[in-house]
Amino acid sequence: MEQITAIVSGVMLAASFYLLMRRSLLRFVIGLILLSNGVNLLIFTMGRLTRAQPPVIPKGAKLPPEPFANPLPQALILTAIVISFGLLAFTLVLVYRYFAAGRTIEADDVRTSESDAPLDVDDQARRLPA
Amino acid sequence: MNTLLVLPILVPAITGACALLARRSRRVQRVLNVLGATVLFGVGAVIVFQVHTQGILTVQMGDWPAPFGITLVADPLSAGLLAVSGFVALAVAIYALAGIDEARERYGFYPLFHFLLMGINGAFITGDLFNLYVWYEVLLIASFALLVLGNEKEQLDGAVKYVGINLIASASFLSAIGILYGLTGALNMADLAESMGPVRELGLEPVVAMLFLIGFGIKAALFPLYYWLPASYHTPPAPIAAIFAGLLTKVGIYSLLRIFTLLFPDPSGYTQGVLLVVAGGTMLLGVFGALVQRHVLRLLAFLVISAMGYVVMGLGFFTTLGLAGAIFYVLQDVPVKTSLFLIGGLMERETGTSEVGRMGGLYEYRPVLATAFIVPAFSLAGLPPFPGFWGKLTLVQAGLAQNQWVIVGVALLVGLLTLLAVAQVWGRAFWQSPHVEDLEDFGAGDSWGVRSLLQGPVVVLSLVLFVVGCYAEPLFAFAHEAAVHLTDTGPYIEAVLGG
Repeated sequence: MEQITAIVSGVMLAASFYLLMRRSLLRFVIGLILLSNGVNLLIFTMGRLTRAQPPVIPKGAKLPPEPFANPLPQALILTAIVISFGLLAFTLVLVYRYFAAGRTIEADDVRTSESDAPLDVDDQARRLPA
Repeated sequence: MNTLLVLPILVPAITGACALLARRSRRVQRVLNVLGATVLFGVGAVIVFQVHTQGILTVQMGDWPAPFGITLVADPLSAGLLAVSGFVALAVAIYALAGIDEARERYGFYPLFHFLLMGINGAFITGDLFNLYVWYEVLLIASFALLVLGNEKEQLDGAVKYVGINLIASASFLSAIGILYGLTGALNMADLAESMGPVRELGLEPVVAMLFLIGFGIKAALFPLYYWLPASYHTPPAPIAAIFAGLLTKVGIYSLLRIFTLLFPDPSGYTQGVLLVVAGGTMLLGVFGALVQRHVLRLLAFLVISAMGYVVMGLGFFTTLGLAGAIFYVLQDVPVKTSLFLIGGLMERETGTSEVGRMGGLYEYRPVLATAFIVPAFSLAGLPPFPGFWGKLTLVQAGLAQNQWVIVGVALLVGLLTLLAVAQVWGRAFWQSPHVEDLEDFGAGDSWGVRSLLQGPVVVLSLVLFVVGCYAEPLFAFAHEAAVHLTDTGPYIEAVLGG
C-alpha cells in the first residue's frame, strides 16, 4: 500500500513540475494545486498506512497494538489542506485579475513590472479600476 | 508560565483585529497602528533584556509539556530579531501615516500590516517546525494582499511571480517536514535535534537539508532562486516595500540559521560546499544586477539579494566567529534595508521619477534626506564607521581563519562593487544638478507636517545605525552570545525539553 501511494505521490509531483514549467498561467495554477496535493500525499505516506486499524490504545496499555498508523500526519495534512485552499483561492483570483487587466495569461508576457520604460510615480493612468 | 513570549504574536493580532473592526474610521486606525507598533517595540526590547539577563526563555503553549505541545522559544538570536523588527515596524508605521494614500488605508493597509508583523514574529519565536510552516503561511497571505493592495498593473504583475514562487517554496518546506516527521516522529525542533539518528542512518540527511535550503532559499532570495524579488519588491508603495525588504527575506535567513545549526550541525563537506557556492553566487549576481539598474527601488532590491549572500557565507563557515558575523550582519541589515527603501520612496516622491539618472538636486534641496541616505548606503557598502563594516570585517576574519580564500575574495570584491552601485546613486540623484531652476518648483509640495512624518523615521533609523556603527561593542557581544547558542545547542535543547 505504501509503495503505491509513494509512486502516486511521485507521479503527481512530476506532473505538477511539468505543468509549472508550461507557458500558460492557468496551467501553472493547476500545477500548484497538484503540487500541494502531491506533498500532502507524501506526508500521509510518511505516517505509514494501515487498513482498518484505528490507533486506539487499549485499557492498561501504553501503545496501540502493532501495526498502527500515526494519526498526527493526518492532522498536519488537514491544516496544510486548509492553508493551501486559501492560498490557491487567492492565486486564482490574482491570475483572473491579471487576465482581466492585460487580456493575457501567457507567462512570457508577464513583464510589465520589469519593463525598461521609465516610470512616472505620479502617473494615475496605470491604476486599474477597483 | 511566562506570558511575555506570547505578546509578540498577540499584540499585532489584537492591533490588526481592532484596526479591521474600525475600518470605517481612518483616524482610529492610524492611532491604533502607531500604538500597536510602539507596544510591539517595547515588548521586543523587554524580551531582549530578559534573555540577556536570564538566558533562554521558553513557554509551553497550553501547558502541554514539550515535545508534545508547541513551545515558544526566545534565544538571543530570536530575541534580537524580534526587537529589531519591532523597531523598524514602528519606523514604517509612522512613515506610512503620510506615505500610504487614502485609498490603500481604506482598503485595509493597517490590519494587513499588523497581520504581517504577527506572522514574522511568530516565525521568529516558535520552537516547532510545523508551527513555523503555519507562521510562514500567515505572513505570506498578508504579504500577498499588501503586494496587490492598490491594484496597479505592475503590482499584479509582480504579485503573480511572487505568489507562484512562494507557494512552490512552501511545498518544498512542507515535504521536508513530512519526511522528517515520518522518520523521527518529532516536530519540536529541539526534540528533532536529538532524534536525527534514523535520518542519518538512511542517508536522507542531504535530501532533507536541500529541501529546506530550496524552501528557505526562495524566501531569502538566494542564488539561483532570487529572480522573483527584483520583479516584485519595487511595485508596492515605499512603506510596504520597506517592510518586505527589511524583514521578509530575514525570516528565510533566520530559518536557515536555526534549522542548519540545530538539525544539521555536522558541517559535512557537501552542505558546506553548497552553502558557500550559494553565498558567492548571491553576493555577485545581486550586485551585478544593481550595477545595471536605473530604477531606484529595483536597484535597491538587487542590493537586498547581495546582502543575503554575506549571511549565508557566515553560516557556511560554521564557526562561532562566522555565525557571530552573520548574526551581527542580519541585525544591522534590517534597519539598513528598511531605511534605504523608505529613502528610495522619498527620492521618487520628491523628484517625481523612479529613474536614478533623471533625479538630481536632492543634495542641494533636501540636505536632511541626503545625510540620512549616507548612513545606510555606506553601511551596505561596508565602509567604517558604519555597522555594515563590522559585520563584514568579522565575516572576513572568520573566512581567513578557515583558509577560505576564494569566498573571502568574492566578499571583498562585492563590497567594492556595492560601493560603486551606491556611489552611482549618490552621484546621480543627489549631486547632479536639479532639472528645475527654482527651489519653489522642487519636490512634491508636501506640508511641513507630512514631510516630518516621512523624514522623521528615516532620520531616526540612520541616527541609530550611526551610533551602533561608532559603538558596536554591545551589539557585537550580543551577536557573539547568539552565535555561541547556535554552535552549542545544548542549552537550547535543555531549555525547551527540560523546562
